[in-house]
Amino acid sequence: MRTLKFLLRKEFRQIFRNKSILPMIFVVPILQLLILPLAADYAIKNISLAVVDHDHSPYSQKLISKITSSGYFQLTGFCDSYKTAMNLVEKDEADLILEIPEGFEKNLIRESEQKLFVAANAINGTRANLGGVYLGSILRNFNSEVRMEWIPVTRFSPLATIEITSSNWYNPHLNYNYFMVPGILVILVTMMGGYMAALNIVKEKEIGTIEQINVTPIKKYHFILGKLIPFWVIGAMVFTVGMLVSWLVYGIVPLGSIALLYGYLAAYLLSVLGFGLLVSTYSETQQQAMSVAFFFVMIFNLMSGLYTPIESMPDWARMISHFIPVTYFVEVMRMIVLKGSEFHNIITHLVAILLIALVLNVWAILNYRKTSS
Amino acid sequence: MKQFFTFVRKEFYHVFRDPKTLLMLFGIPVVQIVLFGFALTNEIKNSKIVVADYAHDNASAEIINKIKASAYFDIQESLMSHEQIEEAFRSGKIKLAVVFPANFNNDLVHLNHAQIQVLADASDPNTATALTNYISSIVNDYQMALLKTQQIPYRIVPEFRMLYNPQLKGATNFVPGVMSLVMMLVCVMMTAVSIVREKELGTMEILLVSPFKPILVVISKAVPYLFLSLVNLTTILLLSVFLLDLPINGSILLLYAESSLFILTCLAVGLLISTKTDSQQAAMMMSLMGMMLPTLLFTGFLFPIENMPWPLQAISHFVPSRWYYIIVKSVMIKGLGISQIWKETLILFGMMLFFLGVSIKSFKIRLA
Amino acid sequence: MREPVIKTEKLTKRFGDFVAVNEISFETYPGEIFGFLGANGAGKTTAMRMLCGLSIPTSGKATVAGFDVFTHRDDIKQNIGYMSQKFSLYEDLTVLENIEFYAGIYGLTDREIKDRTDELIQKLGLQKEAKHLVASLPLGWKQKLAFSVALIHRPKVVFLDEPTSGVDPVTRRQFWNMIYEASANGVGIFVTTHYMDESEYCHRISIMVDGNIEALDTPANLKKKFEADSMDEVFYQLARGAKRQAD
Repeated sequence: MRTLKFLLRKEFRQIFRNKSILPMIFVVPILQLLILPLAADYAIKNISLAVVDHDHSPYSQKLISKITSSGYFQLTGFCDSYKTAMNLVEKDEADLILEIPEGFEKNLIRESEQKLFVAANAINGTRANLGGVYLGSILRNFNSEVRMEWIPVTRFSPLATIEITSSNWYNPHLNYNYFMVPGILVILVTMMGGYMAALNIVKEKEIGTIEQINVTPIKKYHFILGKLIPFWVIGAMVFTVGMLVSWLVYGIVPLGSIALLYGYLAAYLLSVLGFGLLVSTYSETQQQAMSVAFFFVMIFNLMSGLYTPIESMPDWARMISHFIPVTYFVEVMRMIVLKGSEFHNIITHLVAILLIALVLNVWAILNYRKTSS
Repeated sequence: MKQFFTFVRKEFYHVFRDPKTLLMLFGIPVVQIVLFGFALTNEIKNSKIVVADYAHDNASAEIINKIKASAYFDIQESLMSHEQIEEAFRSGKIKLAVVFPANFNNDLVHLNHAQIQVLADASDPNTATALTNYISSIVNDYQMALLKTQQIPYRIVPEFRMLYNPQLKGATNFVPGVMSLVMMLVCVMMTAVSIVREKELGTMEILLVSPFKPILVVISKAVPYLFLSLVNLTTILLLSVFLLDLPINGSILLLYAESSLFILTCLAVGLLISTKTDSQQAAMMMSLMGMMLPTLLFTGFLFPIENMPWPLQAISHFVPSRWYYIIVKSVMIKGLGISQIWKETLILFGMMLFFLGVSIKSFKIRLA
Repeated sequence: MREPVIKTEKLTKRFGDFVAVNEISFETYPGEIFGFLGANGAGKTTAMRMLCGLSIPTSGKATVAGFDVFTHRDDIKQNIGYMSQKFSLYEDLTVLENIEFYAGIYGLTDREIKDRTDELIQKLGLQKEAKHLVASLPLGWKQKLAFSVALIHRPKVVFLDEPTSGVDPVTRRQFWNMIYEASANGVGIFVTTHYMDESEYCHRISIMVDGNIEALDTPANLKKKFEADSMDEVFYQLARGAKRQAD
């Protein structure tokens, strides 16, 4: 225990003497939390729409104004032909083209059926798809309004209607930041903890002080604990700064228990630091450690379900994501912060992260050989 | 000229004798293509939902069957109370609940008006919106089918066409992005680090006192990375054509020409970073912070630029990869020719000249 | 006869087919300055790593400070000091903090730490620099400090791996005075060096060639035996026959 005290004192002194550490702990999280949610706004809005109106009738006018007032669409231009509208798509200035054929109003009334043409730039499939869905529902509404106009609604109307009442729980205003900010905070804690722990140990290798440590009676686990605890504390500090920022800037206050959140964080940091430790045992130089950590953190980020839903992944990818610690904490953050989940809701997540932490740390300790064979 | 090739050969030795770097070089594009091509999609599939059918009549059964038939949902039927639904939301077991009240069919037939309740876990707003929309359209279809017997009057029938990507593949969007990301990584980071390494080891001084023009030393360091980038580009294109079934609609020649232009821009940036830093670590940090991060943020393939506030949108104009991304999308996917992308090409060309000029200048200052 | 501080018998280390250290046997005693010489790649470092408990021998026997290198490596570590050619103090800690750290991890009590720190600072005359970062000290001072720190827990034997490389002649002289002082206090000194003139300061010397100890005696006897004027010449005569490439 006494050895550990001296190890920890040394680590903390070194860490806080490093001039670049404090800004890293405070400034980087703040900047990232300010910029990333602004950038990672996947809410589909401002879909730019080019309209080719061959009809110029009151109905076509009404339809267009209904679309623009929906809030999803932004009218980028009235074109006289499909071809000019297509030019806008090619220049990425329009996502959707709505073509209203000539005689739209007349035919709708007279023939009782009329076609409309919608073309979407589907390079970004999600955007095109959702744009189509939104436009479809506006068209349906418009359609029923037209119908109402011509068919007086009576109590015995032949048109049976099913009303769908939908309610959005936990986030009634569909604020995208609520979704992203807690997730981004996880990535932040992961990068800080993982990189810094890995680099710190490799640095001792590079400058040779590890040799000196190895000939002292320090036990393997003392040395590793001496390295992990400081970064564990720093991880918790970064997290706290991040939580404060998300409260002050985005008004996100955890719905669930803060103690539970920190309890999970504690377990999660064990796995992240285990990862950093593992990387450091496989690297000789800081550059190698950085490349290797970068490679894996990239995969972690992409596959964690932060940006794209995990259940949409194919089976093999879903399997992989189950081995990634980030996955669990992203979910747990969203559960506790947004939905107020309680301990019994996250037990499986907790067991999973503890198992991952155990495997990573044992692997790292076995691989960190103080005595070569 | 012979000397020049000697130098270039030496650089190739450096690159190929470092397996960890090679792994980075070829591992990252392959992993990214596979991930983006197969694993990562914004599409919503297999979402777990629960259906609570208190009606148990023909109408509700028919609608539930329709929901079951869709690939979007992974259905569980259970008569859950609101409390139980809330509990399931909290454990992350379901994303949405559909509740049919008792007497659903009865209301529909006799009152001509029935209700379905849709409760969504909106902590993920996009999924919630999309799922709710899917359910609505299924119910709407059912309604239409109900009315089929009677002629529905005044019908507007929209016809949808998905341009360029009828199957709505995610890869179409991501591949051009991955291309710019990888070029950036290889050219900027590797070039900068490899030049700075020679500085750190002191071998740069030896090269500079050799009877060889300093600028040629630098060019010879860049040549292997230009070559590697083109190999990487080819790998990515082959993977996306044969693995992801992505078409190359435009001219391949144009694609390579534009890519070379972008690679040159990146090499110039890498050179610039190398003249400004003295340690590999610093070069690495600067490439990551200065180039990788902006590339990820502002290229437009990961984060939608059009949703960003204007200051960020303004910044994005200064990121070379943004323009390259537009060019690749236009040439590869839309099949456009140079006449439609001359503006972007010109901007990229201007950036290349700028970075090359500044870096050569600061390289000369360092020598003086 | 006194108890030896290091005693090896046919100590061997193999890496696959390669015999890095081949059946070396020797003894060193308290207060003795034992010079361990050899060209690069001769097996010096491997031998030293085994004696420090960093590497497990393939065969043979060895005890350091009375403890077996196979079974009691942790006890060995508690009783040896070590200083390597790579500077081994933390540059981003102050002089005091480095002393405190190393004293602490050897399990000294707070009382002992304080007394020995004062004593050490006094002896090195570092009162003014005590609170400065080690990075700001000149190399010679760092080297002397590192040596003192290696002795802070009063080890029975101290291993010095090329301790004076890169140090100016005056500091080297002072450094050797410190070694003599430690030796006078009964600490066994095990030192490797590249400077042949330095080897003359040792009480006894062993010279390794290709994993074997080819010569082991006092400098005077060795010179007589090889009919040489200096240790330099002795070393050259032996090392010339080496088959291994330097690493």
